Amino acid sequence: MTSIQSILQGDQRALARMLTEIENDTPTGRQGLDALYLHAGKAHTIGITGPSGCGKSTLLNALVRQMRAIHAGGQIAVIAVDPTSPFTGGALLGDRVRMRDLALDEGVFVRSMATRGALGGLARSTQAVCMALDAVGYDPILIETVGAGQDEVEIARLAHTTLVVEAPGLGDEVQAFKAGILEIADVLVVNKSDQPGAEQLKQALDAMLEMGYALQMNEAQPKPNSPVWVPPVLSTIALDGKGVLELIGVIDEHKMWLKQSGEWERRERVRLMAWIENIFREAVWQRWQGEQSAYDMEQAIEQVMKRKLSPYQAVERLLKK
Amino acid sequence: MEKVSMEKKIRVLIAKPGLDGHDRGAKVIARAMRDAGMEVIYTGLRQTPEMIANAALQEDVDVVGLSILSGAHMTLVPRVLELLKENKQNNVLVFVGGIIPEEDGKQLRALGVRGVFGPGTAMAEVVAEIHKAMGEAST
Repeated sequence: MTSIQSILQGDQRALARMLTEIENDTPTGRQGLDALYLHAGKAHTIGITGPSGCGKSTLLNALVRQMRAIHAGGQIAVIAVDPTSPFTGGALLGDRVRMRDLALDEGVFVRSMATRGALGGLARSTQAVCMALDAVGYDPILIETVGAGQDEVEIARLAHTTLVVEAPGLGDEVQAFKAGILEIADVLVVNKSDQPGAEQLKQALDAMLEMGYALQMNEAQPKPNSPVWVPPVLSTIALDGKGVLELIGVIDEHKMWLKQSGEWERRERVRLMAWIENIFREAVWQRWQGEQSAYDMEQAIEQVMKRKLSPYQAVERLLKK
Repeated sequence: MEKVSMEKKIRVLIAKPGLDGHDRGAKVIARAMRDAGMEVIYTGLRQTPEMIANAALQEDVDVVGLSILSGAHMTLVPRVLELLKENKQNNVLVFVGGIIPEEDGKQLRALGVRGVFGPGTAMAEVVAEIHKAMGEAST
């Protein structure tokens, strides 16, 4: 039996090894991706992002536990991303500390990933790893980003449903009006909602959404069968599971909305296009690199250093060679 | 800054099996391995051997480091080794840190533990030992 067959039949060891090959971008990993791709495309992917300390891992633990209780048959995968140190290349992946309840559930597959220098809150191979888990039949797949600030928005492109988690005490309400992370939310979650300031935070988020969507709805005439999805704001206390059932209900509603409105297809298309673009860019770059190009590059840098060429002009010349 | 690329990283699971709550040693070692460029999966306190083996399987780690201060190492460590074997992860290098009497250390080594580190071990020594063992494993 080939390893692909074992993987598709649920061999966790074979799957885990393949995920390592994929992460390291080896020839075996690429062959695996080619074979697994044909089986993927079914899973609902759910992204969880938000600032450090807002309770993403704890919420994820509570979500998966309750999802397993509701749909006992379904197997769930979790991808937890933590940052790689830019100085040593090492990483401390600590999300499992908060996922104790999942550690012995055979229907849950948890994989920790380091960003390995990628910005945007995910690793370069998170998408590929997610696809492999999808091919095996894990559904849903939950992806936790690194503790995100304001610009880690890659997750919105990868996930069908993006949860942005906030918690009181992490910033004043002006933060809510900034561009970036809040704009990618399909669902907003105020976690630690028993803490002081939670009610104000929820009100600020509600106000922000009202403003944004009032403008949008007046301008664009939404088609009757694809009404605009207005992200709801939910309150949770992840530690004792409060509000988590309601959150699962909203996630399911969002999935239904995606399917009925045609947005599922549209997002899939955007995602795959970005993926192809990324692979293409990397491939062209790698093909271009060689001995002669290293020499040409050295020459170009000299010229740019001496301010005889601007960086743009240098690239123009390199491309003409 | 060092270039971070797709080359093979050593993946390590640091776990604290058993019931004692002293995780400082585990945290220090996790940090040292991170600083040595490894990807360290830290699982926290009170892990059962089953939880550890399951995490080692899903995370496809090269190394498992167990920190035990409770004195229960002669029950916990063999059980972890057994479960790793059941999962066909015989190639995973197992290290044990903590207060381990010399005689027990010998027995654990005989069972397949690659190294036993007591209090006062220099971090550099642990890191060097892992690199050495990884080098032997890949040849």
